[in-house]
Amino acid sequence: MTKILIIAEHDGSSMNPSTAKCVTCASGIDGATIDVLVLAADAGAVAAEAAKLNGVSRVVTIERDENAQPVAAILAPQIVAAAADYTHVFGPSTTFGKDVMPRVAALLGVNQVSDIMAVNGSHTFHRPIYAGSAVVTVQAPAGAKLVATVRTASYQSAANDGSAAIEALTVDAEIPTHTRFVGVEVSESDRPDLQTAAKVVSGGRALASEENFDLVYALADKIGAAVGATRAAVDAGYIASETQVGQTGKIIAPELYIAVGISGAIQHLTGIKDAGTIVAINKDEEAPIFEVADIGLVGDLFTVLPELTENL
Amino acid sequence: MEKILVGLKRVVDYNVRVRVKSDGSGVETAGVKMSINPFDEIALEEALQIKERGDASEVIVLSIGTSESQQQLRTGLAMGADRAILVTTDDELDPLTRARIFLEVINREQPGLVVLGKQAIDEDNSQTGQMLAAIWGRPQATFASEVKLDGDTATVTREVDAGLETIEIDLPAVVTADLRLNEPRYVKLPDIMKAKKKPLEELPLSDLAIEGAPAISSTAYEPPAVREKGIMVEDVPALIGALKDKGLA
Ligand SMILES: Cc1cc2nc3c(=O)[nH]c(=O)nc-3n(C[C@H](O)[C@H](O)[C@H](O)COP(=O)(O)OP(=O)(O)OC[C@H]3O[C@@H](n4cnc5c(N)ncnc54)[C@H](O)[C@@H]3O)c2cc1C
Repeated sequence: MTKILIIAEHDGSSMNPSTAKCVTCASGIDGATIDVLVLAADAGAVAAEAAKLNGVSRVVTIERDENAQPVAAILAPQIVAAAADYTHVFGPSTTFGKDVMPRVAALLGVNQVSDIMAVNGSHTFHRPIYAGSAVVTVQAPAGAKLVATVRTASYQSAANDGSAAIEALTVDAEIPTHTRFVGVEVSESDRPDLQTAAKVVSGGRALASEENFDLVYALADKIGAAVGATRAAVDAGYIASETQVGQTGKIIAPELYIAVGISGAIQHLTGIKDAGTIVAINKDEEAPIFEVADIGLVGDLFTVLPELTENL
Repeated sequence: MEKILVGLKRVVDYNVRVRVKSDGSGVETAGVKMSINPFDEIALEEALQIKERGDASEVIVLSIGTSESQQQLRTGLAMGADRAILVTTDDELDPLTRARIFLEVINREQPGLVVLGKQAIDEDNSQTGQMLAAIWGRPQATFASEVKLDGDTATVTREVDAGLETIEIDLPAVVTADLRLNEPRYVKLPDIMKAKKKPLEELPLSDLAIEGAPAISSTAYEPPAVREKGIMVEDVPALIGALKDKGLA
């Protein structure tokens, strides 16, 4: 029997949408029972949200002061203890899941299936490698516990009409003190969240300065979009690092993705290949971004963007 | 601290357009340019800068693979590492087994810090550093964009989805490098000559008594789904029209 434990991602007060996507992925395994584990200082609100997710049988909470922040070294031993009766442990392939899940896998003595993009059976999955240049079918050993992260851009969120039971759990786990959370600097923004936004406008190196990125913000605000960027734009200091889209940034799947002054390097494209419609604006008609764009416009962004923002 | 250990993985160069073999048995690597995994280069640069600030006395680079990985280790030595260790094996190893090999080398060398790349750009797993920290029972500071050492502790800034997170860790520990930790230096010709004289020790994996982990097998490879060819529009009004047609404007 397949029993899957999903590690909820949250900020202490609300659940991250990545959790609902993990539930959809897990639901793809025939006959699986799905539980969600919430590790928090005060799990109440997050557990209540998780309990509504369609397909979840039970929400288990572990409340400890040390769980106020998601520190992998602190969470991992508790997850291992909570996972005793499960065949599978899933987490999202966000920075939260990428940090903690391999630590869990190693403590359990198994390898991890990273970035599940499709389920082919209880131990068989598809995952991308080489920045998405290839898709590999992987087969995990049947006898061992299966630890995996879910490529959230490959899944829709589970619906919200469930009502799972919530149970508090206490586990016997040694909590290390060698890793201490200091703080997190979150860029305050009224714009939609990049990872879940329906529309995203992204800028590349061609924006050429932090000030010029205002052109991208103006278009984004006009259409209610989140803002993304390439590595080149982030490295140059035009925009904050958490806006980077791609192999080593965020993997997203908005309905509309507008790429402005972006060449279309494979490392960037792997982050947007599940987007509904890709629009590319680039002055170079040979730019590789046009190979994947649904709508392409050859032109200078400094004239195209203001015109587009004004007329949309 | 005395020593810093850095992992260098030999991978297909990031500029190569990787293709799946026509029989689906893997990706084409024959005759393809190989390089140090870019994140590992950043890891090494960080270790070198720590040493140059006087906070460490020796930087050791470790690779696991066939004797061909000597090339990448030599490059690491030319960048400034003091010595290299190559654990030789013809097998494709999984991340947990690699972590166990690192732990064995750690037990021999007793480094005060281990710096790895946050992921290798071939398998894109992002597992080895976290696994090593777990089995070593030590802190992990993944996706690091800044490392500040202060005696027996380090303060590390991490690139997380929400922004920049800061944690404090006790040493020894594992740090995994993100893109913006530093900019790796270029290797100069005289350094390549000098690197030829630096020690490179080969350890056959079979001599190390490492217990292999249950591997996840790769049974088939396919190219990714291709997006359908789109349309080109002449100007902004046409672009808006095309968006309207799709119900997006
Ligand atoms: C290990 C590794 C990981 C990486 N991870 C990522 C990642 O996660 N995400 C990512 O994005 N990149 C990543 N990269 C970098 C990637 O390879 C590219 O270098 C990067 O995406 C290029 O960014 P860009 O398109 O903004 O810049 P460029 O490639 O310089 O492209 C700029 C484009 O703007 C166009 N342009 C210039 N001026 C104008 C104008 N006035 N109007 C219109 N168009 C104009 C040009 O024609 C060009 O096509 C990674 C690289 C490595 C090695």
